[in-house]
Amino acid sequence: MELLISTMMQGFIYALLSYGVYITYKILDFPDLTVDGSFPLGAAVTAYFMVNGMNPYLTLPLALLAGAVAGLATGLIHVKLGVRDLLAGIITMTALFSINLQVADSNLAIERSIDTIFTAAPTAVLGDLSLTYKKFIISLILALVCKLILDWYLQTKSGLLLRATGDNDTLVTSLAKNKGSVKILGLVIANALAALAGCIVCQEQRAFTSTMGTGQVVFGLATVIIGTTLFRRLSFVKATTAVFFGSILYKICIQLAISMGLPANLLKLAMAVLFLLVLAAGSWKGGAKKHA
Amino acid sequence: MLELKNVTKIYNPGTVTEMCLFDHFQLQVKEGEFVSIVGSNGSGKTSLLNIICGSIPIEGGEVLIGGENIAKMKEYQRYRRIGRVYQNPSMGTCPNLTMLENMSLADQKGSFCGLGRGIQKKRIDYYKEQLALLGLGLEDKLHVKVGALSGGQRQAAALVMTTLTPIDFLILDEHTAALDPKTAEIIMELTDRIIKEKHLTAMMVTHNLRYAVEYGSRLLMMDKGGVVLDQSGEEKTHTTVEDILGLFTKISIECGN
Repeated sequence: MELLISTMMQGFIYALLSYGVYITYKILDFPDLTVDGSFPLGAAVTAYFMVNGMNPYLTLPLALLAGAVAGLATGLIHVKLGVRDLLAGIITMTALFSINLQVADSNLAIERSIDTIFTAAPTAVLGDLSLTYKKFIISLILALVCKLILDWYLQTKSGLLLRATGDNDTLVTSLAKNKGSVKILGLVIANALAALAGCIVCQEQRAFTSTMGTGQVVFGLATVIIGTTLFRRLSFVKATTAVFFGSILYKICIQLAISMGLPANLLKLAMAVLFLLVLAAGSWKGGAKKHA
Repeated sequence: MLELKNVTKIYNPGTVTEMCLFDHFQLQVKEGEFVSIVGSNGSGKTSLLNIICGSIPIEGGEVLIGGENIAKMKEYQRYRRIGRVYQNPSMGTCPNLTMLENMSLADQKGSFCGLGRGIQKKRIDYYKEQLALLGLGLEDKLHVKVGALSGGQRQAAALVMTTLTPIDFLILDEHTAALDPKTAEIIMELTDRIIKEKHLTAMMVTHNLRYAVEYGSRLLMMDKGGVVLDQSGEEKTHTTVEDILGLFTKISIECGN
């Protein structure tokens, strides 16, 4: 039971990253690899500032900002310098690896004496629940709040334009809008969310490690595809909701594999295989699916 | 209204495949004119539209709209005053958005897309009214994804979306070419009506010689980057499809087609 709660909590936190990948991959049709760098960037910034005594809640907007800058970099490289989408992401991701090392070295632990968003004073309102349950509730709230904000945003004029840009950018140009700016905006939002996920993961495990970004794009893509494929027939389910459940389901699958004796060193292999299975299943069921 | 001065367009400059399409090309379109442009493939019709809209760069010359040189403007900036309907019906609408979302989007042309609600409830009646003018029943399909509509319905929707906000200039790039004859006829009639109602200046490229003769106030025939026929007013009303076809065939034979 404890294990399930903690696995679901992982799913909630990583759902933030999935929302980000949903924006770039599904809405903008932009395969953004920056996420492998912006996720640990959020964690590195968080670890650095918390070790130096910053309030844990203040690290949330700070991580958002750091991720936004990373997304901006990829966006500018792609739009202003005309570098292909995939390569633009790879450039930023590679650069961020070094930047993260500069910020927080290869490992940076947050000691037990430092309060995180899960243990700081305001969590007292949750009473004397155990830490696992507090983490569960707080990360659920964060995931739902971000989902609602994102849902609201996608219904605004700006959000409508973002969806249109991924759908038909010729039309966006015909409407006298700069499609480049819209793409940059989408990348900024997506990477801000990825960094926020990194920030919360860092606080949850009380550590930053330089390799924690590896495979996050694959995770994000897999959850988006699992979510949207599973709920494809149910049109009343919002895509963000589908992605949210995709994230939880994915974490449960991985946890099951570990529980059944999968060595931790094979984890990324298992992630890749799971992703492959999801893609293959999608193209079987959906017939000729364009992006699968 | 629109003026092209000494426009030079060279494809693949500096390579063995270099091809000079326009060499100091001149054209003037007066306000309120509806210009039909015909010509064989490669005569420069679509290039002409692309030059006006900024979709392709030019090597020299000026493009003026209302006296303002727009040759240096980016494509998206030029569309503040220009509306364009493409040959491919899927270019003018977003397939994964609903009809209502598409209309709301088109309504945003010329204004800033901020954090206000994307769909203005009080505008819905206006959208319905505009779609109802088409007579295709699109006003009852506001919540249908546009990708599920037929090519003709999408092209009609694209036409309404393009002219929903005030524009000075309408560009029609073989916009009936991908439609079946009956639907093409409907779209062509709608186009003519919208242009007249909104007093637009328009340029239409078409392969349909009959449309070129029947519609519009001026007729241009292009060949190898030049205008070989330019008729308007009284002269145009006496022109028949046979006259045009005769000239068309003559040019084609000279080319060796």
